[in-house]
Amino acid sequence: MIAIQNLTKYYGRVCAVDRISLQIRKGEIVGLLGPNGAGKSSTLRMLTCFLLPSEGSIKVKGFDIHDHALEIKRLIGYLPESAPLYQDMLVYDYLQFVARVRGLGAARREERIRELCVRCGLREVMHKSVHEISRGYKQRVGLAHAMLGDPEILVLDEPTAGLDPNQIVEIRDIIREIGKEKTVILSTHILSEAEATCDRVVIIHNGAIVADGGTQELKQEAGGAYEIHLSLQSTDFHAVKSALGSVPGVRELLRKEAGPSTLDIRLSCGGERDVRPAVYQIVKQQGWGLLEFRRESRTLEHIFRELTKEN
Amino acid sequence: MHGAWQVFHKDFKVFFVSPIAYIVISIFLVLCGWFFFSTFFLFGQAELRNFFSLLPLLFSFVIPAVTMRLFAEERNTGSYELLLTLPLSGWDVVLGKFLSALAFVAMMLLPTLLYAVCISRVGDLDWGPVVGGYLGALLLGAAFSGIGLLASSLTRNQIVAFIIGMAVCFTLTLLDKMLFFLPKSILGVLQFLGADFHFQNFARGVLDSRDLLYFLSVWFLAIVATHRVIQEKR
Repeated sequence: MIAIQNLTKYYGRVCAVDRISLQIRKGEIVGLLGPNGAGKSSTLRMLTCFLLPSEGSIKVKGFDIHDHALEIKRLIGYLPESAPLYQDMLVYDYLQFVARVRGLGAARREERIRELCVRCGLREVMHKSVHEISRGYKQRVGLAHAMLGDPEILVLDEPTAGLDPNQIVEIRDIIREIGKEKTVILSTHILSEAEATCDRVVIIHNGAIVADGGTQELKQEAGGAYEIHLSLQSTDFHAVKSALGSVPGVRELLRKEAGPSTLDIRLSCGGERDVRPAVYQIVKQQGWGLLEFRRESRTLEHIFRELTKEN
Repeated sequence: MHGAWQVFHKDFKVFFVSPIAYIVISIFLVLCGWFFFSTFFLFGQAELRNFFSLLPLLFSFVIPAVTMRLFAEERNTGSYELLLTLPLSGWDVVLGKFLSALAFVAMMLLPTLLYAVCISRVGDLDWGPVVGGYLGALLLGAAFSGIGLLASSLTRNQIVAFIIGMAVCFTLTLLDKMLFFLPKSILGVLQFLGADFHFQNFARGVLDSRDLLYFLSVWFLAIVATHRVIQEKR
């Protein structure tokens, strides 16, 4: 459906996107994940023909962005970051304008706007001016704008940014529903969001792809690694370190910031064997006061943090 | 062309939701009325020459005020991104915006037709120069709108767009008034570049293909340059 080859974008001498290659199949919900300024928006802007790539090519359904921008724009519905709508227009007029540009007939326009009005919950704001409505509603109008022409591909740049938790859930539900029949590409810097809505996550850091795969795959790729959080009553750190550091399966032992009377330790572990029985045995033998003992499997969040750590 | 028509439709409508349109039209009409009628009864001539002789100067700052927001505001609020990612070509956007500005100028000129009607009641008005004058005014409006649009496409600041547009339009208007400073050899060329010089031919009721060509070329150059700018600024 979408083939991105060696996509590169320079702003002056700053390289925002660095040789990104990506294949997206029909019907996928792909999340572009990365810290702020990683190059997610630039990538999406090139895909939607708003920016021209410095190098590389993008093909959408065989159309090249240089020669067939108009065809590509017809195929894509795009919600730019923070939905910058026309401030002076009524929501209804704005949607009418978009529908006209997309070449919908008069009857179809009314029908489609009504449909999206219900789906995106725009009933109350339909006849309000855009500058009067709240952030959440703007985002929803933007979503309606993107879906209006019933495009095959939806590109959503941070669709839930600035929304309250209820609205986020609503928007996610809408995206998942659309994703059943359309190809959706969304960008976000919120991990739980990518995890909740996407089939596939592409992690971008400093303009380059650092990980790409299904959410489950990515977790497995972390190699079954997990962490054990241990909280002990005022014990000597060095004694603990020498006792626990040698347990097979423990890769790293770190002291967390802690209060004066407790010693908080994080054990990074890996491998097939569970280290907990061995750790517990040692703690019991030494007679340390055990306050907390919990295992945490590595989430997408850890992977993300590891991959996008600044050196 | 379908796309250009939709952009025209949208931008023309947006002119009239913001107060700028009404302010600009009011200022234009008040200035026109003031300058025209302050001497009209002294001369006692049933003609619109006076009105037309002022028009290029008025247009030089009124039209850039109309066109300044067309690209600059969209760039500034970000709606530009929405517009350019809709299935519209660069020409659709440029021509649509240009037409909305031209239509606005025509709207602005419409009330001044009353002058002609009034004068024809009180005296024997020669309609030739009046028709020529209005035709010239539309051509001048088209050329200045093109320049204003180009200025607006260059920046995201409306004030800057206004000042650039006004500077260029004023220069073109006043060019042939400054000629006495210059050597004779380049006089003809510079005179030909002045907008006022060509416009006054129309206002005299003389339809010359050279004048027509002048306005059309200024318009054409400005529009092509605007298209170029929005293509390059990506």
